[in-house]
Amino acid sequence: MDFNLTEERQMLQDTLRRYLREQYGTARRNEILASDTGFSADIWTELADLGILGALFAEDHGGFGGAGFDIAVVFEELGRAGVVEPVLDSALMGGRLLAAAGKTDLVELVIGGSLHLAVAHGEPDSRYDLDHVNTTVSDNKLTGRKAVVMNAEAADHLIVSAKNGGSIALYLVDKGAQGLDIQGYPLLAGGRAAEVTLDNTPGAPLGLTLADYEAANRLALIAQCAEALGAMETATALTKDYLMTRKQFGRPIGTFQALAHRMSDLLIELEQARSAVINAAGYADGKDADLHLSASKNLIGRIGRLVAEEAIQMHGGIAMTQEYELAHIAKRIVMADHRFGDTDYHLERFIALSAA
Amino acid sequence: MDLSYSPDELAFQAEVRAFLAGELPQDIAEKVRLDTDLTKDDMERWHAILNNRGWLAQNWPKAFCGAEWSAVQRHIYDTEAADANAPRIVPFGLSMLGPVLQKFGSKEQQDHWLPRILDGTDWWCQGYSEPGAGSDLASLKTKAVRDGDHYIVNGQKTWTTLGQFANMIFCLVRTDPDVKQQEGISFLLIDMDTPGVEVRPIILLDGCHEVNEVWFTDVRVPVENLVGEENKGWTYAKYLLTHERTGLGGVGFSQAGLKTVKRIARAANHNGKPLIENPHFAARVAQVEIDLRAMATTNLRIISQAAAGEAPGLEASMLKVKGSIIRQEINDLARRAVGPYAMPFASEAVEGANDRIPDPLDAGPVAGQYFNNRKLSIFGGSNEIQRGIIAKVTMSGGA
Repeated sequence: MDFNLTEERQMLQDTLRRYLREQYGTARRNEILASDTGFSADIWTELADLGILGALFAEDHGGFGGAGFDIAVVFEELGRAGVVEPVLDSALMGGRLLAAAGKTDLVELVIGGSLHLAVAHGEPDSRYDLDHVNTTVSDNKLTGRKAVVMNAEAADHLIVSAKNGGSIALYLVDKGAQGLDIQGYPLLAGGRAAEVTLDNTPGAPLGLTLADYEAANRLALIAQCAEALGAMETATALTKDYLMTRKQFGRPIGTFQALAHRMSDLLIELEQARSAVINAAGYADGKDADLHLSASKNLIGRIGRLVAEEAIQMHGGIAMTQEYELAHIAKRIVMADHRFGDTDYHLERFIALSAA
Repeated sequence: MDLSYSPDELAFQAEVRAFLAGELPQDIAEKVRLDTDLTKDDMERWHAILNNRGWLAQNWPKAFCGAEWSAVQRHIYDTEAADANAPRIVPFGLSMLGPVLQKFGSKEQQDHWLPRILDGTDWWCQGYSEPGAGSDLASLKTKAVRDGDHYIVNGQKTWTTLGQFANMIFCLVRTDPDVKQQEGISFLLIDMDTPGVEVRPIILLDGCHEVNEVWFTDVRVPVENLVGEENKGWTYAKYLLTHERTGLGGVGFSQAGLKTVKRIARAANHNGKPLIENPHFAARVAQVEIDLRAMATTNLRIISQAAAGEAPGLEASMLKVKGSIIRQEINDLARRAVGPYAMPFASEAVEGANDRIPDPLDAGPVAGQYFNNRKLSIFGGSNEIQRGIIAKVTMSGGA
């Protein structure tokens, strides 16, 4: 057992944390949130230049990482700074699916920061189910609707799932493809998504199946849990500082025991969340991967809600304002529960898998 | 014990229902149903309809042209109004300032200001909280210095709800800095068109413009706008805070919210079945519904006490805490029910955003509402302050 980061991962963490602390403050992010594209092309290029995107891929695919702990380190830092750039969807999920399909040339462009991707799998009534796909394919032409597709407007290619006979397969669709319609909108917690409709839209088969999508989904779960953890660390730190500086009734409010104990509870739960992310990253290749990932996502969902709500409550009104850092961070934490299965979804999956 | 309404109360309930069915504009009800922000015009339209019927000032005595409803009648109206998706009555003039003027205002002030509240001439907002005076309201610093026939007001108020629509603000100001905090505060009515008043928007975390900062720089306020006596404002403020007791638990809001949750959960698919049939989700909904049923009766018990002339004390604090917890839990269930479609930013603040998100569940901005309603446990005396009151009253014999 060794709970220390390797030297390489420690460097990765230090580099990314320093970069985001210097370049991704509240003011800069609020500019990005207000922009039409919903993300900064400059930040994206710099993340690529720093090797952050490369850390999400194995050496075989031109990267220098790609393991669960590499993903966890990167996303914890992105979460800590409340980064809204679509690293999870465009680089991690999209890139790793292309890597699985052997598209090494395209993966190289992803790592270099010049190629954007979107993964279009969920549909309007699929909720969190992975095997609920009604989009059809015939002669490599796709027809159907995909829901809340992250980064769809900026993507050069979309990776789209469709039902081919009885099984689900993945296709690469160019952004200018015929019959492709993308209706974009901003998201509450930053970034943009879109409703995507395909009408006899040509797509190139990637040779990937639902099992490949599920593998990418496991990586996404690690990333989402780690991102929420990083955001929870920020929420907790902001709250601790506020309790020590905000005075009411002539004393810092953190000296009131009712608040001090609740702050202590947050710190206890934060350690639980940290361990859950370690479990997710460490067991994600094992035979019980899904069990561990569901356990982690459920716990992160529960604790995330607690941390976000308690951080807001202990701050009071100031945390309700958009321009205060915690508002954005709290939204990132809570909205993480709406991706890749929520608390209840993973509770049920955990029950089913642990009974098996 | 008898849990049923009297024949008179049942007749009143039928009257309220018929009124709402006939008079509530459908476009406004639809906005309320979807938790969409109402415009100033929407709110004024609804006030005018209620005023026309004599039902706008529900808690005012008949002597001031109010409806003088009993607490039970108001409870019946609140429940029916929430069920019909009627907007809430904007409380600042009607529930807050009105009763203070009736109790402490001069005859001239009553004759001048009260009719203007009813006919919508004035839109009032509340100037209480300051950046350094939230839970500790008595530490407020905005000061008013007498200068002949005027007070000169300097300072800053915050969390001023719907201040962007208001032309008048009632304020707590410090008129004597040299006495105990609570004893140097006065209650002042300020015309917001006076030079030196500036309203700055605060955008909340759901993207909505609901509250404001109000700044005062050498604002001249005529002395006739002082309510009651100088330096007695804290008494009036406390009267205002304790006067409006019914509706504190937000039972009607919770009942309407629960209806929304069930509607969404019936439409949402979960593993090929409606989400409402999912045991885990159904258990969460049932749990909060059970809590709400009990709280509705707690609410009625307290209302009955009030009707019998007993002033509710710590029960009001209890209702506020439990009511906010239940409403927030319902908001949480609504966002969960919607699933991935809770993520889009569907605020009215983004023009046309709703049209671009063809959410098949037609749920409205439920996640925004979830975040916005975190305020319920913060404003009007946070839940921590309320718990402090409950503890103080029960364990040391006095607040």
